[in-house]
Amino acid sequence: MRLALRLALLLAAVLALVACSEKEQVAEFKRGKYQGKPDNQSWANDPLPAEFRGGTWAKGDRTAWEEQIKKRQLAQHEYRRIYQ
Amino acid sequence: MARMKFLCDAERCIECNGCVTACKNENEVPWGVNRRRVVTINDGVVGAEKSISVACMHCSDAPCMAVCPVDCFYRTDDGVVLHDKDLCIGCGYCFYACPFGAPQFPQAGAFGLRGKMDKCTFCAGGPEPDRSDAEFRKYGRNRLAEGKLPACAEMCSTKALLGGDGDVIADIYRERVLRRGRGADLWGWSSAYGVKPGAQPPVQQPAPTRGKS
Ligand code: SF4
Ligand code: SF4
Ligand code: SF4
Repeated sequence: MRLALRLALLLAAVLALVACSEKEQVAEFKRGKYQGKPDNQSWANDPLPAEFRGGTWAKGDRTAWEEQIKKRQLAQHEYRRIYQ
Repeated sequence: MARMKFLCDAERCIECNGCVTACKNENEVPWGVNRRRVVTINDGVVGAEKSISVACMHCSDAPCMAVCPVDCFYRTDDGVVLHDKDLCIGCGYCFYACPFGAPQFPQAGAFGLRGKMDKCTFCAGGPEPDRSDAEFRKYGRNRLAEGKLPACAEMCSTKALLGGDGDVIADIYRERVLRRGRGADLWGWSSAYGVKPGAQPPVQQPAPTRGKS
């Protein structure tokens, strides 16, 4: 009897835990792998001449390019731009 | 970097359509194609009118990408959803799949011949050499490769439309909302419609007889 109870409890625990597992629901990202032509990365370019105000980064330096983009993003924050 | 996103602040947007114009101009988008548009609800109802600017939202799990029969969509490392126009057959499936009506089709001729799909590129061009003439002709300007952000967001006069890394623009928006003395209620059903989902809508004041132009 006790064994049956134990087994039942074990089964209940297993069933309860099954609900905790989660199936991946997001489709796999396709980074540049698709039927079309390959594209290069935004940071794989030289920055524009200074008069076009595109900032500076070294060609291929992703971190520097991201810093430049972040500067532009924060320039949209007029509370910081104006008051600080 | 996380993912490139747009966020439009419904309490700031004044329906000036400047973002639409900036997009058209920057990318030389053809007549009949609107990569960005401004949607207004309760137009003309005093106090209840709200506008937001909508374009492709560069979905993290993009339905357009899932349905395209020729598999011509791809996602860049910054989370921008782009497509190859050389491959697109103009079937229109992506338009049906997209929750935002972002894919657009140039039409020509008496029978409304449908061209290749065109949509917002987050000013990131497409699969042609960056900043080349070919890229500009097919997809518009590649501002990300110039170290800049989409033209619509960068020129928005009220800064209602924010564009950039989802984390960064969400922080900007959060700070604004806190300054306004409001919380999570700012963006959502009850702010937009004045009621909780399922409840009755507010009694609408009659719209002015002279329509807005
Ligand atoms: S430019 Fe800004 S304020 Fe004007 S319609 Fe676009 S999002 Fe709204
Ligand atoms: S076209 Fe529509 S479905 Fe595709 S990424 Fe843009 S908003 Fe999402
Ligand atoms: S219209 Fe072009 S991009 Fe859209 S689903 Fe059809 S082939 Fe793909």
